Amino acid sequence: MLKTETLDIEKIRGDFPILKRRVHGKKLVYLDNAATTQKPQAVIDALVDFYSRYNSNVHRSVHTLGEEATAAYESSREKAARFVGASAKDLVFVRGTTEATNLVRFSWGEKNVEKGDLLVTTLMEHHSNIVPWQLLARSKGATLKFVGLQPDGTLDMGSYEELLKESPKLVAVTHCSNVLGTINDVSSICRKARDAGATTVVDGAQSVPHLPVDVGSVGSDFFAYSGHKMLGPTGIGALVAKKSLLSDMEPFQSGGEMIKEVFLDHSTWNDTPYKFEAGTVNIADAIGLGAAVDYLTSIGMEKVRDHEVHLLDYALETLPTVKGFRAYGPPGSSNRGGVISFNLADVHPHDLATILDEEGIAIRSGHHCAQPLMRWLDVAATSRVSFHVYNSYDDIDALKAGLEKAGAIFRI
Amino acid sequence: MSSADIYREIILDYYRNPRNFGKLERYDIDARDTNPLCGDEIEMQIRVGEGRKIEEIKFSGKGCAISQASASMLTELAKGKELDWVKQFSKEDVFKMLGNPDLGPSRVKCALLGMKVLKTGVYGYLGAHYEDTDSDPMV
Repeated sequence: MLKTETLDIEKIRGDFPILKRRVHGKKLVYLDNAATTQKPQAVIDALVDFYSRYNSNVHRSVHTLGEEATAAYESSREKAARFVGASAKDLVFVRGTTEATNLVRFSWGEKNVEKGDLLVTTLMEHHSNIVPWQLLARSKGATLKFVGLQPDGTLDMGSYEELLKESPKLVAVTHCSNVLGTINDVSSICRKARDAGATTVVDGAQSVPHLPVDVGSVGSDFFAYSGHKMLGPTGIGALVAKKSLLSDMEPFQSGGEMIKEVFLDHSTWNDTPYKFEAGTVNIADAIGLGAAVDYLTSIGMEKVRDHEVHLLDYALETLPTVKGFRAYGPPGSSNRGGVISFNLADVHPHDLATILDEEGIAIRSGHHCAQPLMRWLDVAATSRVSFHVYNSYDDIDALKAGLEKAGAIFRI
Repeated sequence: MSSADIYREIILDYYRNPRNFGKLERYDIDARDTNPLCGDEIEMQIRVGEGRKIEEIKFSGKGCAISQASASMLTELAKGKELDWVKQFSKEDVFKMLGNPDLGPSRVKCALLGMKVLKTGVYGYLGAHYEDTDSDPMV
């Protein structure tokens, strides 16, 4: 199999200090990027620079440090918005995708969803795009229904269109499955939802870090992503929505920063997006996210995607030669992110992860916060490897050797 | 930690051919628990006989080799013992039973799940409450 190299991987790997680390005496092979990614030196430096040079609260500090911190925070909002083709005024900083869906649940859902309404999500969602809607349905007396899957791990669009006939109030769907890697045609899904009168939420946690994304082409009402899955710090992410929609919503959390005026008997709200950023915001990590966006932009998201497609093609060709290997998800790499969930004969994923860890290989094992999908696959758990820009063909070769070792230990 | 040390022949044998696997038609104790990390599930059913002895015991569930082998071995040890034996059985006894493998902190819970279920069930039967202090919830 051809090992196409479109990036200077050695140079890129040099940007990530953690990749020099050894685990159990072996070179670290980090294949758990769908859970969280490693951070380039530029992101680490941005955090250190903020805390060591201009740490200060934002927005109402008149002094120099405060003005510098505000400028850096707002410049990161610009970057985080532009990265997905949005405008800064349409981007709310949140802790991550989970907080984003919860924000929509409370600020939009409590106001707009009524008894008897239908909410629609899919069987391939992360729990963060299921549980908020379950709770919303419960508190409002609404119903939650799920779009089914086809045997190849893609959405069953027939069942989706049937559900649309019931005029759902909300359609929530992932852009890219964190388990199967399936890249959904969210543009078409959102267009059909809009025609049916539904508000749409797209979970971009697994797409924005890996592919060029333009929220305008996606066409959703709400779009969410997490910083830590795209080389940025933990605790920062984005909810993108049109200003008119955000303006119409109730506040999420309340207190400082999100208010305009406070009286004893009532208060008025700050303009969006600040209305949704109560309390002291996560300044340092927002600035770190800006640095991650700069880093990814300097490489180019088309190239990041191409690199992951090459790795995926290579992995999908070589790993199935390991005895007992069985992968889940769509065949090929054309509508699939750099994620492979698999099982190895009757080896439980946690036993496999333990054996691979001994080889310095970090993979994910378990239900991946997608228990309804595990039930659909009829497995208790899967093992999962997921790539990012610093992964190499060597990593996949190391994985293959590790799987063979596990097969030998378990006498497959 | 060596995986060859953890996954010895005997562990794999109990994983693939679990002893006392299944359910009882008549039982006095029924307890179940899961390990959210691995998704391991263990259910244990016990029929209590004369002299408060464990007359019959079966376990069911699914999960990793360590959790399933540990639970299966535990049922073999427990069968015929008095219920009070369960109370003094410790996590060190579990490790000894498994051949003292060097389990990392995240896998210790797999090894201890069977004991936790057994103790929860027996303590409940005896009108007491089992406080699990062995499997650190933070790991």
